[in-house]
Amino acid sequence: MAVQSPPVERAPAARFIGLLAALGVLVVAVGLSVWVGLKDIPFSTVLSALLDGDGSTASVTIRDVRLPRALLGVLVGAALGLAGAVMQALTRNPLADPGLLGVTMGASTAVVLAISVFGISSVLGHVWFGLIGAALASLMVYALGATGRQVTTPDRLVLAGAAVSAVLFTVNSAILLLDPAAFNQFRFWNVGSLAGREVGVLPVVVWFLAPGIVLAVLMGRALNALALGDAAGRGLGANVGRIRLVGVAAIMVLCGAATAAVGPLVFVGLVVPLVARLIVGADQRWVLAYSAVLAPTLLVAADIVGRLVVQPGELQVGIVTAVLGAPVFIALCLRKRVGQW
Amino acid sequence: MVTARVTTGVVVRAFGVSVRVAPRTLVVVAVLAALAAVVSVLSMTVGQVSLSPGEVVAALFGGGTPVSEMVVLRLRLPRALTGLLAGAALAVSGALLQSITRNVLGSPDFIGITTGSATGALITIIVLGGGMHQTSLGALVGGLATAAVMYALVLRRGLQGFRFVLVGVGVAALLLAVNYYLITRADIYDAVAAQEWLTGSLNLRTWPQVIAIAVTVALLLPLGALWSRRLTAMEMGDPIAGALGVPLVPTRLVLIGAATGLAAVATAATGPIAFVALAAPQLARAVTRANGPAVLTSALMGAVLLGASDFAVQRIFGTAQLPVGIVTSAVGGLYLAWLLAARWRGRT
Repeated sequence: MAVQSPPVERAPAARFIGLLAALGVLVVAVGLSVWVGLKDIPFSTVLSALLDGDGSTASVTIRDVRLPRALLGVLVGAALGLAGAVMQALTRNPLADPGLLGVTMGASTAVVLAISVFGISSVLGHVWFGLIGAALASLMVYALGATGRQVTTPDRLVLAGAAVSAVLFTVNSAILLLDPAAFNQFRFWNVGSLAGREVGVLPVVVWFLAPGIVLAVLMGRALNALALGDAAGRGLGANVGRIRLVGVAAIMVLCGAATAAVGPLVFVGLVVPLVARLIVGADQRWVLAYSAVLAPTLLVAADIVGRLVVQPGELQVGIVTAVLGAPVFIALCLRKRVGQW
Repeated sequence: MVTARVTTGVVVRAFGVSVRVAPRTLVVVAVLAALAAVVSVLSMTVGQVSLSPGEVVAALFGGGTPVSEMVVLRLRLPRALTGLLAGAALAVSGALLQSITRNVLGSPDFIGITTGSATGALITIIVLGGGMHQTSLGALVGGLATAAVMYALVLRRGLQGFRFVLVGVGVAALLLAVNYYLITRADIYDAVAAQEWLTGSLNLRTWPQVIAIAVTVALLLPLGALWSRRLTAMEMGDPIAGALGVPLVPTRLVLIGAATGLAAVATAATGPIAFVALAAPQLARAVTRANGPAVLTSALMGAVLLGASDFAVQRIFGTAQLPVGIVTSAVGGLYLAWLLAARWRGRT
């Protein structure tokens, strides 16, 4: 009788091979992203430009435009995938999107203010405003969530994040509805795109994204300890309070910096960790590893597709990620056994 | 009708149905109903012609001047009723879905229904160039079609609440991308109109909207309220609920359908008003301290939340005619924050 058997966990070897394969696809995607573009550049030229730049137009295109764009996609993708995986593990809620902690709305509101009040239209200006907005929103959420003498739980932070986001949403929409010119700029930022971020954005956000990524990747064991509830975690000897604090800090840094860099990309942070979990089961170490590889793969691939399908011009990566990723996710949900989280 | 007191509440028996009502819930329901009435009267005093609350009440009962009756009955009453009913419908939809999915985030905003309505409306505004009534129709078709697709996908594998939620997340993500695409492709006038619709508005709502939501609420709210005891049992887990005699799959099927219908019709009438479906059931549970979905209290809480927001938006931004949706999220958000902070500070 094959009723109610527990979800089968894949053998470690299979998971490892799967991870290597995904990594291979990511490398290919990055390669394609550097090679494919508006201007046809032969593959040999791409290689020589990567190895040593000779100052030719092709070399500048490759080294200063396409490579930074691909690397930004990788970093932002990994950041959002990991932030989502940590978020869902900490809250034990599959619907928890890292943006729920208020950072996405904080970044958005700051960008709206930058456009409408300060008249800033440069991408780098938006990035700085986004970073500051995400940081301020994080502080507000944390201050609200930490009221009282009880320990701050992720549930409380999510509710505090929802409350702060709601208030910021009001500021945001009021400005946008009263200032159509600002809305005209904001609607393109709001989709999420890697375009136009080639120069200057990567050197700024890498200082936030890289440490955040390292921190999140190392949290697997700690998150596993929380999987059966806080009491069980304590029984296993885990310092529940510290794990939460570190986890929330990681989410805020990763999601805030990623949103500041490319705009809100809801799909990647919410759905990729779910896909990872459907593939590898409940072990958070594997969920984190798969999220960190699958999310940038999806983002870079979507960026390539977005450049190819609409010419001239391009389709924003935020749109393409969902169009490519959602059907895969829905198919997985229908095919796999989905246990309660 | 017989009422009997038991130790933990009042039992009301009527038409072969008996319901136990906790005294605290009765008080909360009465207070919320009174608040809803007060807020509606207040919001009907604001506008081009400002009236006193007394004049509004007089006009409502047929004793006003021709001008005040015209203003109140033709313009302001439909707006106020649309707000109250849409708030109630969204709140009940959220209460049912949160209970079925056993997830505080399981509201129609998160699992694709509202997003589907928005897609329908955006296609109508941006691609077909429709006006307000066509947009409502487009939203209704969009929301119901989305729900139908989700049902069709999930039903083949047996209706499990959690699978429905996950599929909803996927569908919502896909449709959100479509919505963004439509907005970036539109010219700026259509994009602004779309953005305004997406914020959720009660401006210029008239009797057809009121009738549509009123019929939906009248049909589906009693169903949700009567079956909420089944949901209370289901929140303890499927095996326990099954042992208590709750038919799991039909209950889910019908109640998800009811929640979808309520959200789709409300969204069609007003646009997606953020936060009501998420916050109202949580607030209702917090004030009644009830186990299980407090369907009726949630409905009243949603009505008050939306009514108060509409009053606020008309008072604060009088001439600008901003949509009510921008204030519901602030009102709901601040109330939620205050409630949480108070509760957390109280506990040591």
